[in-house]
Amino acid sequence: MKLIGEKGVQRILSFTAFSALTALMLIALFIINEGLPFIFKYGIINFLSSSDWRPQSGMFGIFPMVMATLWVTFGAMVIGAPLGVAGAVFLSEFVPRPVMRIIKPIIELLAAIPSVVYGFIGVMVLAPFIRSYMGGAGLSVLAGSIILGIMILPTIISISIDSIMAVPQSYREGSLALGATTWQTTHMVTIRAAKSGIIASIILAIGRAIGETMAVIMVAGNSVKIPHSVLDSVRTLTANIALEMSYATGLHRQALFATGVVLFVVIIILNSIASLAIRKKIAKK
Amino acid sequence: MKRGDIVFFIVCLLAVLVWGCGKNKLSVTLAGSTAFQPFAENLAEQYMKTHPDVTITVQGGGSAVGVQSAISGAAQIGMADLVILPDEAKALTTTIVARDGIALVVHPSNPVTNLTSQQVRDIFNGKIKNWKEAGGSDVPITVVSREAGSGTRSSFEQIMKDIHLTKDALIQDSNGTIRETVANDANAIGYLSHGLLNEKIKAIKIDGQECTIESIVAGKYILVRPIYLLVKGAPEGEIKNFIDYVLSSEGQQTIKAKGLIPVK
Repeated sequence: MKLIGEKGVQRILSFTAFSALTALMLIALFIINEGLPFIFKYGIINFLSSSDWRPQSGMFGIFPMVMATLWVTFGAMVIGAPLGVAGAVFLSEFVPRPVMRIIKPIIELLAAIPSVVYGFIGVMVLAPFIRSYMGGAGLSVLAGSIILGIMILPTIISISIDSIMAVPQSYREGSLALGATTWQTTHMVTIRAAKSGIIASIILAIGRAIGETMAVIMVAGNSVKIPHSVLDSVRTLTANIALEMSYATGLHRQALFATGVVLFVVIIILNSIASLAIRKKIAKK
Repeated sequence: MKRGDIVFFIVCLLAVLVWGCGKNKLSVTLAGSTAFQPFAENLAEQYMKTHPDVTITVQGGGSAVGVQSAISGAAQIGMADLVILPDEAKALTTTIVARDGIALVVHPSNPVTNLTSQQVRDIFNGKIKNWKEAGGSDVPITVVSREAGSGTRSSFEQIMKDIHLTKDALIQDSNGTIRETVANDANAIGYLSHGLLNEKIKAIKIDGQECTIESIVAGKYILVRPIYLLVKGAPEGEIKNFIDYVLSSEGQQTIKAKGLIPVK
């Protein structure tokens, strides 16, 4: 007996799909509604370029935080991207398939570890290590970059492996038939063919790194100053919001929402670039 | 899915909803000062033992959160450890339930045991950057402070006067994380509630005065602040009962036993 027919299932599925989209749109509208008036009132140039973040005196310059986010994210990319891509290449080209099928899920497990655990390890192990061997306070850009680099590894490795495995076997066979060695085939043919997928994975990972809050609050030090060395303590945009949102009122609160708008815009741009890159790859085939 | 499965699923959903709404326990939420939070949790636990029909939840967030939550109603009782309450709090009913000293702490391996008030100001303002200028070894000072909404920080800066925190200071979000940061960094200096001292960190004297209950009660140690419980309007019902419990001899004994200074 049919309780709900095919039309019914269709309606239920469209409803759930629309609820997800609606929730997302409502969040975006809320953030923009709270943050945009502040940007118009305070001036976007002043907001982004002033180095004075003193909410009690009405000064809301987020330049040190923008710099901090840039430094920490760039550091995470420098650490995570080479390790991730190299790991993906190794796992898909130089390791027997059955072994790779066991290791890939284990790496994806890294993505399941809560970020507060990463932060905890950073505070207990990484920061003291940096302090003893490199100087500074330990809680620094470097600590943040290393922890974030490890956090984005599963994203990069997983998507890059999928991209590399999607390269048709005929490419590899053709290259080997022409006399190339395995390594020449890998770096001149396979990786080049999987390039847009690998780049998309890196861009998605950067998006994750920019948005990471908990781990960064625990290991980056949270000082409001422009970093001059990787051993300096910094406060990223996300950390700024998390530290102050609970007690901010009035203009201060709007400024934090405006920071959220800035982050939102950056991540939308990054994700659009990533999906363009993936679409280019599909169009090529 | 067969029809039977769908009916079963709907029945389960309804059962969960009804069960969730059924138990109408009285609940009181406290939010705010991270200095008083462990004590509040302890008192809540003890209170719930003798009053099993009440649920008391304690959250942190800092004294500014305590004031905001009490005003907005997000929490029934706000906890704040400020020397001077902000203007917004004028509309709230305030009850002092304890006194707390703020201890200046360093790593146990730090040879410094005493600092003058001026040295403390200079360190936190960034004028003194190396421990050797304060009588210690030749290592840079790592200043650790709280975020701007912290009652501990506001009290510290208001009592010490003339403190404009250096931009190089590390910021942590609770008394507990300050303790962890100072415990892990031999060059760090920070401040936290006297009730949270343990053997991982060392409290130093200010102007020769130690941060002990005796010197605070005698008025010799300057960094003291009251701990307020803030309620919107007059406390009534379970809120009043809990506040009365905290002020009772049993509550005050617990506070004293765990390291804070009772108000009576």
